[in-house]
Amino acid sequence: MSNSTGRVKGVNGNMLTVEFEGAVSQNEVAYVSEGENRLMCEVIRLRGRRADLQVFEDTTGIQIDDEVEFTGELLSVELGPGLLTQVFDGLQNPLPQLAEQCGFFLQRGTYLDALPRDTKWKFTPKVKQGDELTAGETVGIVPEGIFEHAIMVPFNLPGQAKIKSVVEEGDYTVSDTVAVLENDDGAETEVKLMQRWPVKVPIRAYDERLRPAEPLVTRIRIVDTFFPVARGGTYCIPGPFGAGKTVLQQITSRYADVDIVIVAACGERAGEVVETLREFPELTDPRTGKSLMDRTVIICNTSSMPVAAREASVYTAVTVAEYYRQMGLNVLLLADSTSRWAQALREVSGRLEEIPGEEAFPAYLESVIASFYERGGLVSLKDGRKGSITIGGTVSPAGGNFDEPVTQATLKVVGAFHGLSRARSDARRYPAIDPLDSWSKYVSVVDDESVKAAHALLRRGSEIGQMMKVVGEEGTSIEDFVTFLKAEYLDAVYLQQDAFDAVDGATAAERQQHVFAVMLAIMNAGLKFKSRDEARRFFHELTQVTRDWNRAPMDEDKFKELEDKIKGRITENENNAKSLSSD
Amino acid sequence: MQKVYHQIDHIAGNVITVRADGVKYRDLAQVTSRHTTSLAQVIRLQDDSVSLQVFAGGRGVSTDARVRFLGRSMQVPYSEALLGRIFTGGAVPRDKGPQITENLIDIGGPSVNPAKRIIPRNMVRTGIPMIDVFNTLVESQKLPVFARAGEPYNPLLARIALQAEVDVIVLGGMGLKHDDYLYFRDTLESSGALSHTVMFVHTAADPVVECLLVPDISLAVAEKFALEGKRVLVLLTDMTNFADAMKEIAITMEQIPSNRGYPGDLYSQLAARYEKAVDFEGAGSITILAATTMPGDDVTHPVPDNTGYITEGQFYLRNGRIEPFGSLSRLKQQVNGKTRDDHRTIMNTLIQLYSGYRETVEKQSMGFRMGEWDNKLLKYGKRFEAEMMDLSVNIPLEQALDLGWEILADCFDAIETGIQSDLLEQFWPK
Repeated sequence: MSNSTGRVKGVNGNMLTVEFEGAVSQNEVAYVSEGENRLMCEVIRLRGRRADLQVFEDTTGIQIDDEVEFTGELLSVELGPGLLTQVFDGLQNPLPQLAEQCGFFLQRGTYLDALPRDTKWKFTPKVKQGDELTAGETVGIVPEGIFEHAIMVPFNLPGQAKIKSVVEEGDYTVSDTVAVLENDDGAETEVKLMQRWPVKVPIRAYDERLRPAEPLVTRIRIVDTFFPVARGGTYCIPGPFGAGKTVLQQITSRYADVDIVIVAACGERAGEVVETLREFPELTDPRTGKSLMDRTVIICNTSSMPVAAREASVYTAVTVAEYYRQMGLNVLLLADSTSRWAQALREVSGRLEEIPGEEAFPAYLESVIASFYERGGLVSLKDGRKGSITIGGTVSPAGGNFDEPVTQATLKVVGAFHGLSRARSDARRYPAIDPLDSWSKYVSVVDDESVKAAHALLRRGSEIGQMMKVVGEEGTSIEDFVTFLKAEYLDAVYLQQDAFDAVDGATAAERQQHVFAVMLAIMNAGLKFKSRDEARRFFHELTQVTRDWNRAPMDEDKFKELEDKIKGRITENENNAKSLSSD
Repeated sequence: MQKVYHQIDHIAGNVITVRADGVKYRDLAQVTSRHTTSLAQVIRLQDDSVSLQVFAGGRGVSTDARVRFLGRSMQVPYSEALLGRIFTGGAVPRDKGPQITENLIDIGGPSVNPAKRIIPRNMVRTGIPMIDVFNTLVESQKLPVFARAGEPYNPLLARIALQAEVDVIVLGGMGLKHDDYLYFRDTLESSGALSHTVMFVHTAADPVVECLLVPDISLAVAEKFALEGKRVLVLLTDMTNFADAMKEIAITMEQIPSNRGYPGDLYSQLAARYEKAVDFEGAGSITILAATTMPGDDVTHPVPDNTGYITEGQFYLRNGRIEPFGSLSRLKQQVNGKTRDDHRTIMNTLIQLYSGYRETVEKQSMGFRMGEWDNKLLKYGKRFEAEMMDLSVNIPLEQALDLGWEILADCFDAIETGIQSDLLEQFWPK
């Protein structure tokens, strides 16, 4: 089939109007010639003989009647061994290689192979001639870093097919054919180490989707205990600028208990990507002892890179995530920030002169966001293994106001909400997740009842705090005052966490359970004080000791010592209280 | 041979539409009518009609105006000869010097490959304690100054420009009052800094389209200097005027507005400019300081709000002082560990105590009785405001740190400051 061609009939920003010959499909990729350059674009609307195309690059210099070639293919990514440790732009161009070729700047019209074509991978077949396979089943494996990377039957294979031939164990490049499949009609399908897949189509070559049940431990106490995330779940982090969204994402990307982390830096500061880029190779993965980079893929389309590719970048990221899930791995996709992606949709929608919805976002914003988050999830594969994609997206609401369309559309489809508050970040209470506004539908690392009790205490403490602002300390009963101090104490030593401390910065699940039990005991303790000042002093000291406890590694003697000290203080007070009341 | 077109179809605001062929997107054209001559840039192509944005504005453009396409997009001359010169937003000399035409470079070039960026590591010394001590400015940082109209943000920028140790200063003025423009010129001239400064100034009286060009021109020139190994400081004032100019054009072009009339791509447009701040590995750097006035002193207004999401922190200028709360340099951790051992401790302690002072002042105004500790805080707060926060204070970092210790020792006992004992031993004035 020869591909269609067309000619430019209009240019408006990154939008082209093209008059075409032949057949063109929606979301097909095309290239427009601008002098020497061939710039990549995507069909986003068809009207009669004219198509609207969004260009993934700057459109300066394009003129009327410039030639456009349609490729007949949807916007796709390359999936195969060699994705891990890479840094791609939104269209899967490897940035370091681009830098080698073009220097400091991103030259438009330069597209490189995502996977190196000359690297040899050691392929071990897992099937033999005559085996019947369906889409997504494993043909063989190659080692990729710390993982066994499964080479799978192309995800678009309809029905079943028999293995007609398969190669011997040996070294092959990504474009070598390693097996040939034949179906009942005699149609043949080649299996290569690499396959291509359109980014906007979910990979569904699994058996069924399951309900996420197991917690994904992030080692952030307020998350794991209070607002947990499940493996295969979705969550969002909205917050005003400076509240610590990106830092929270960076910490999560380091400690999260998953196999693979995909960081989609979408329309944010380049400097933040650079920190990840330069620091990750130096950091060790607490699970494997290898470099963190070994389990990471970075897709970055920073704020000054072309807007259309920003929209593509989240899809590229989720497609790579689906590919690794298909191998039975647990994948975490961190998208920072989904608001920038929504803004990209808004820009395109504006140029198409569509009727705007709220704040000029397109009317289909909600369904687009929903279908993105729905690509996450826990699945059981055809061979019974499980794989998951957990999606965590930050949202940057205009003016820090959560009532705006992107936050609201996101809240409808996620399973957990970690709302960051300016008040908490101004008070340096990090992580600045608001304990009263946030919620989660997933299961905590500690039991439900305890969490509920802690919640109730925090809420009551905040109420008393509000009241105290009006009536003063003197107008508050000493019982209420102690409740207030208990809530503040829980906040200070459990919700807040020092990200820069090696021990406090990452609290494992069993430590959380252990510490939370102690917290619970303190919350329920019948503490009595003669005066408010005495109570304040007591909790002030208790906070100091507990903070030291948080900094002590669990396997050291100091941990036990400090724990005894804390418990000692409580018992001492309780005993005093008893003797006081018996007097 | 360039064709000349005579038939203008529409004139709306600063945008004219003409029928022409062989025109490239973003090309420049010369529009000549009876009363005016101006450059114009192609902003939309639709079949054979070409929409252009006229730099000098649509006023006086007649339907029989001559439109001559130049076959190139907007460029700016670049050479060492730029230093010491002042231009308009259209790169036409504003001083009495000659027009420079050599070595034209494109403006609004591609962005830097993130893989080629490095983690910033050099402090920019300004001699202003509120910056050097508390929110250190770092080379390659992009930082806005948020202020209400009427705050002295321009004098602040001028002072930083004079005192920062940089090789080249590029000043981009947008919608500047003519007085402010003269203030910048005279201040830089009298201190001798004009000799390593290039100014692109659009005053409030100039055509609005030229305002749009100022950041791109300034940053294109800055980028060239940086690639030649120069440390460049770019001052942009005022970015809110730039955003308003974009709003004006977008509305004229009948684009759908998103928030308070601003175009939907406000974030991307601002980011494209601010992200030019960079430290080139093996070459120079660009640091951007930009004044952003907050209409109604409202930080949630779209311009400061979008800016805050893009930049690496912000300085709040309030009542003529840099506000210690709310102001933030996101990159300060990269450098303030390497200056002096007591830097971070002094930074935190002084701020904590100052926050205590603010609370005490509140209590005092409500008529509560002042205790001994309150009186200490009051004494401290007054000295801190006069000797650290006042913008006229001009001392190097080390001296500012020493002053911090001196003020602490004057107002408090060592134990009351909560400073760890080894630092007290080393630095506490005896």
